[in-house]
Amino acid sequence: MEEKEITNLTDEHQEYVINMGPQHPSTHGVLRLKVSLKGEIVKSIEPHIGYIHSGIEKMCESITYPQIIHLTDRMDYISAHINNEAVCLNVEKALEIDIPDRIKVIRTIMSELTRIQSHQLWWACFGMDLGGLTCFFYGLRDREKILDIFEETCGGRMIVSYNCPGGLMYDIHPNFQKRVKDFIKYFRKILPEYDQLLTGNVIFHERSKGIGTLTKEDAISFGVTGPTGRASGFSCDVRKHEPYSAYDRVQFKEILFDEGDTFHRYLARIDEMWESMKIIEQLIDNIPEGPFAVKMKPIIKLPEGEYYQRVETARGELGVFVISDGNKNPYRVKFRSPNFSNLSVLNHIAKGFKIADLVAIGGSLDLIIPDIDR
Amino acid sequence: MDKIQLESFLKTIASGVEIKEGKQYLEVTVPSSSLHQLAKSLKEKEESKFDFLFCLTGVDYGTELGVIYHLRSTSYDHTVVLKTRTADRENPILDSVCDIWETAEFHEREVFDLLGIKFKNHPDLRRLFLDNSWGFPLRKDYVDDINIVTK
Repeated sequence: MEEKEITNLTDEHQEYVINMGPQHPSTHGVLRLKVSLKGEIVKSIEPHIGYIHSGIEKMCESITYPQIIHLTDRMDYISAHINNEAVCLNVEKALEIDIPDRIKVIRTIMSELTRIQSHQLWWACFGMDLGGLTCFFYGLRDREKILDIFEETCGGRMIVSYNCPGGLMYDIHPNFQKRVKDFIKYFRKILPEYDQLLTGNVIFHERSKGIGTLTKEDAISFGVTGPTGRASGFSCDVRKHEPYSAYDRVQFKEILFDEGDTFHRYLARIDEMWESMKIIEQLIDNIPEGPFAVKMKPIIKLPEGEYYQRVETARGELGVFVISDGNKNPYRVKFRSPNFSNLSVLNHIAKGFKIADLVAIGGSLDLIIPDIDR
Repeated sequence: MDKIQLESFLKTIASGVEIKEGKQYLEVTVPSSSLHQLAKSLKEKEESKFDFLFCLTGVDYGTELGVIYHLRSTSYDHTVVLKTRTADRENPILDSVCDIWETAEFHEREVFDLLGIKFKNHPDLRRLFLDNSWGFPLRKDYVDDINIVTK
């Protein structure tokens, strides 16, 4: 805080500045928001980021492609599998390798499981941010079941590193199909409970309807993707627009709303969980036989050129842009992270609302800070 | 529009640009002086409507610094890549595209922070991740004796 603002703290007609974070519980990471207030009304928000900037893009320039995969886990650690997939797809596209169906299907199932557990965690934390502690227990209880499935097959629970260029690290566990089917059966029964607990709650409606409205034009201009963008009517689902892995052979709906407020961002994620379950159900009984990995050269060198691969993570469009000069290390890697663009819209949509609404709006953007800082 | 239509369209609205068919997208190299004008007309022209800037990358090419813009149209689903370069490594200045796409504000701050490229007409050009005591880490000539071990 600057000195002159401290002296004016008692004057309600003056703007004063408070720091929200870097250790605030609702920012879920080390994000510091410098909030200018007039009374209780937010006048402007200035995000200060970089507390956990780890220089991943610089590190990528000195390591090989299979090593990069393990760094991407640490960006958006809640949808680690999808980040891995983006790098693998990029390498496979550059080398023009045909990937067997078995790998594609397993990757898609894993991606959708990742999406469900990410939305479960988000639902748990969002409910808690708004004062419903029960949500936290419900969400984490169910998320644990997916993490157990991951643990059995991948060895890791959150940071899975299950993909490698050319396929998967190892085959799925013999129990995998049965456990996934059990989970879907269980979760189809449980998900309506989420609605009973929070979706229909009057206090929740009061705190989320009409709060932090984002128009479609602004969503496109700010580059807001994922459920946040789709709640504003911006059709940006990469799984539909540029299908990768096995998304071209499954039926699912792109969740779109026109309202663009906090409540519809919430609904978009709840509905996405239903759609993800649909996708898994279509694939889980039809995993084709075949190898779980294609044999690759021991040292992977991409041909000279530029490659861009985009995937749909739980938070939006992740882009991996690789400039290769033909060596085993990339010349330049850029990660277009969904959270980075989603954060930039926060000042625009939270202006004019109360500071308590800022917590609701921030929660509905579902920010993961290491993905912003990279 | 597909790549061929896009190419002929670009030739009608811009002169002095170099159009190359890339591995995925159409790549257009623009002199830094005409970048802003071309970007503006690509967004506003009814035929192209590139309203979504989905990636903005700063690159150090060794002798030159450059910025790559990935643009997509949400109405037509076509994509184009704009590239521009500046030879001035001491004081590289490019035009900002913040007034065209709002998302550029954060992305250009990131490029300024990590590569030291300044953007003219940017509303709030400050460092984003690092503080002023750092150099520009994504430059190829960046020296860090402690953290980067060269074999």
